Formats: sequence, structure tokens, C-alpha cells
Amino acid sequence: MLIIDHLSKTFNPGTVNEKLALDDVSLHLAPGDFVTVIGGNGAGKSTLLNCVAGVYRQDRGSIRVNGTVLDRLPEYRRAKHLGRVFQDPLMGTAADMEIEENLALAFRRGKRRTLAWGVTPQERKRYHELLKSLGLGLEDRMSQKVRLLSGGQRQALTLLMATIGAPKVLLLDEHAAALDPKTAKKVMELSDQFIKEMGLTCLMVTHNMRHAIQYGNRLIMMSQGRVILDVSGEEKQRLTVEGLVRRFSEHSEDEVMNDRMLLG
Amino acid sequence: MEQVLLGALSLGLLWSIMTLGVYITYRVLNVADLSVEGTITLGAAVTAQMIYAGHSPFLGMLLSFLTGLLAGLATGLLHTKLKIPALLSGILTMIALYSINLRVMGKANLSLLRLDTAYTKIGGWLGLDKTWSVIVMGAVMSLALVFILYWFFGTELGSAIRATGNNPNMVRAQGIHTDTTVIMGLMLSNGLVALSGSLIAQSQNYADVQMGVGAIVIGLASLIIGEVIFARNNFLSRLLSMILGAVTYRIIIALVLRLGMPADDLKLFTALTVVVALFLPRLKEMRETSRHITKGNQHADH
Repeated sequence: MLIIDHLSKTFNPGTVNEKLALDDVSLHLAPGDFVTVIGGNGAGKSTLLNCVAGVYRQDRGSIRVNGTVLDRLPEYRRAKHLGRVFQDPLMGTAADMEIEENLALAFRRGKRRTLAWGVTPQERKRYHELLKSLGLGLEDRMSQKVRLLSGGQRQALTLLMATIGAPKVLLLDEHAAALDPKTAKKVMELSDQFIKEMGLTCLMVTHNMRHAIQYGNRLIMMSQGRVILDVSGEEKQRLTVEGLVRRFSEHSEDEVMNDRMLLG
Repeated sequence: MEQVLLGALSLGLLWSIMTLGVYITYRVLNVADLSVEGTITLGAAVTAQMIYAGHSPFLGMLLSFLTGLLAGLATGLLHTKLKIPALLSGILTMIALYSINLRVMGKANLSLLRLDTAYTKIGGWLGLDKTWSVIVMGAVMSLALVFILYWFFGTELGSAIRATGNNPNMVRAQGIHTDTTVIMGLMLSNGLVALSGSLIAQSQNYADVQMGVGAIVIGLASLIIGEVIFARNNFLSRLLSMILGAVTYRIIIALVLRLGMPADDLKLFTALTVVVALFLPRLKEMRETSRHITKGNQHADH
């Protein structure tokens, strides 16, 4: 479903700030794969997601989604294949627009915007049901501005927007990292539920090792722009945080794991 | 006095269309677009030249609107495709338009005295004098535009433009090309500003290459007055408040002039009004913060 071949990306080439963010990364996701991505700061996790989304253009390599080559498509033209949730809860929604208006924008992802009315009554019914499934009471606040929602509520709404219309690939970029532990748990459970229900193919970056082990059917670890560990199936189910830390230090002896990863 | 207020009302209604244009860029798209200083004159110049050349004033108004769209397109392309900051893009268009406006008129100003304007036509049909035909025309057009804009910004396309001003990252993630939405917003805004210029030129019976100087500040002053005094928390009321704000601004100006302020100081007065209005929310914030701090200190003393 998502084929990443020999992807490389260097930021600020030819300057003192030159940084090799992705170093010949290849990754093939089968339909329904839920892959969690861990690694230290600057390992290239977010860069990988942003290259798939089209925020950055890779230097070398190729990205395909369901047979479509994305390499030359700008960000907005990739959107019809992708659902995205960002780390910053403010990034995924338009604050001064209503909850239902935000959903309507997402519902039309990949379609031409016309002079038809922005939210139809039939849609409204559907959004009501969808919002109900979040269990946050947002279905009774559909015409409220998103600005009034908490970070967790906004992130849950963004998740709903990202999964509406079952995108080919769902990209989650540390989407629970900015939330308090209880809300983070709720958002992670909702993500897992949606992914399973719709059979979505998902790439989820996380700083939280426990989340990375608990969720998904496959885990990859990145360091210095490379994939250094790729486990799935039963092997993944047997992973422990301690085990991961050990594996990590085996692969990158000179790199110290950051505290957030260990404590998360 | 009645004549003064009627004059302020008619001028306010004509400028309210320009204020709606400023609202689209400043509030909806979240960019300060200075090209309007050139566009308002462009609208005036095009209509004046059309009337001067013997064409229908209504055809002139349509052409003014269309050339305004083009001016907005120029600013939009500079900003989105050449990645020039919005403020500078607007300034570049504004300066370029100065020469274009001189070309359109062939000289620095063009008189429409004793020529048929939209107002003389409407006045003739409805049996109204000049002042009242300006008021009727201004009221009908500004209200019609408010409802058209309200409809447009409720459509899929309009929603996409509103979201762009809010959060362009999110808009791109939903498959919308933000370059296109920014350009469309700038075009619509400048089209309205040019239409406003056309109506203003016809009411004052001339177009002048200098008439746009300071227009953005007048637009912002009207916008802020409208929002602060009249706007409620819904989109239709905010659009309507632009009309009320533009009229209120003109009434305030008429009153301070009557109280003896020299007309030469008008632009300084307007600029200061905008400075104060823009500073007010910040002042409120600062006072609230200092109140919290004082409270905290009192608690510490106990």
C-alpha cells in the first residue's frame, strides 16, 4: 500500500548546518499494516512522514501509495491518498471555524471545491454519528468554533477528519505527545479503534515506547536517518521497553537515548 | 447639519464596499493588502474614462470590478508564486498601479461634471436628487454584496478560503491548493475595492490619481469601528458591521471637522484612531496581567 524506496533527504546541503535526515530508507507497508516508528531526536522519523506527505521533497528515492507515484505531486495533491494528524493539536484544525465546517473540509479531501453549499444537512447527520463515536460530547457542539475545544478534543477531531473517507494511508506524527497522559491514552485508543475498524494502513511516529509496543503489528526503530530495527508479528508482541533499549544501544553505541523516550 | 450627516451617510455607504474588500484580506485571509490604495483609484479611473468616452456608467462599473480582479491577481501571483511577502507584494502592485492609473486617465485627474453617472441615471428613473440617489444606490449595493459574500463564504470554495486564513497547513492537508485560495481572496477583495472607487468617483464627479492615498487606513479604521461597536459573533453580523463601521467612521470625521479640526489633519487623525484601536486589545491584556501580578503580591504579603 505504501512503498518507500531508497529515500534520502539532506537539510541545508553545503552549509555548516548540513544534516542528513534520511539515509537510504526503504520501507514497504502491506494493506492494513499499522507500523509504529520510534527513535531519538533527529533520527528522521518526522522527516520520513513529512516526505510522504509532501511537506518536504526528497533528494533521492521514491514514494508510492497504492500504485500512485507521489514524488512529483505537491502536498495538496497527495492529500486525497493521505490522512494526517500532527503533534501540535492546533495544526490539524481551523480554529475560527465550526466543528462541522472542519469536518466538511476534510470530507471533501481530494475533491474539487465548488460553489455548492459547504455543509449539507445529510452530512450533518453523518458528522453527528461520527462525533458521537468519539464519546466526548462533541456531537452536541457541532456549530461551536474549534477554538473553544481543549487540546485533546481538537486532536480527537483531527483524527476523525484524518480518517473520514478511509484514506489509503494514515500518517500520525507524535499525535498524542502534547497531551496529558489520560487524554493521550484516549486519543491512542481511538486511533487504534479507527485503524482496526476501517483496516487502515498507518505509519505512526511516537516518542512513547510503550505505545510503540502496545499498538500496531510492526515496529521500526530509526537512528541517524536509517531504519535500524524492523520487527513484526509475534516477535513484536514479545517486545519489552527494556528489550528495546538494549536493542537500541546495540545498534548505535555512541548515541545516548533521550529521557523522553525512556520515561514515556 | 442634516446635510452634513446625509453626506457622511452616502460617503460611508460607498466606502463600505471598500471596507468589505479590506475585511476579506485583513480578517478572512489574515494578510494586510496595500494594493487597495492603487485599486480604489484604478476603479475610479476606469469608470471615469469609460464615462468620459461616452459609454454607460454601469458598463464602467463592471469594467472597474474586472480590472480590480486583475490587480488582485497581480498581488496574489507576486505573493504566492514569487514568494514575495504579502505586504511588499501589495506595495509593489500599488506603486505599479499609480503609473497604470495615469495611463488610464491620460492625466492626473478627470472631471465628470455634466456627464451621465450611475446616480444621474438612477435619480432620473426614481425621481431622486443626487444625495438620495447616492444613498439608495450605496445601500442597495452594499447590502446586496453583504448577502452575496455571506453566501459565497458558506460554499465549499468560500469555506476553503476562510480556512486558508486560519490554518494553511490544515488546508493543504485537506487537499486544497492554498496558492489558489489566497489568489481568489485577493482578487475578490480588490474587485470590490475597485467597484467602491468607481462609485466614489461618480459621486464626487471626478477621478484623481491621488485619491487612494491612505485608503487602507480608512478601510482599517472603518473595519475596527464596525467590529468593536456593531459585530456579534456570527459571520453575517460581522459583514453587516463593515457597512455600519464605514458609515460611523464618516460621521465621526464629519463631526470632528465641524468641531473645527483642520481638514489637513484628517489623515493624521485617522492613523491615530487606527493605532489606538489596534492597541486597545493589547492594553486590555497588559492590564489584566498586571492585575494578576498585583493580586499575587497581595497574597504573598498575607
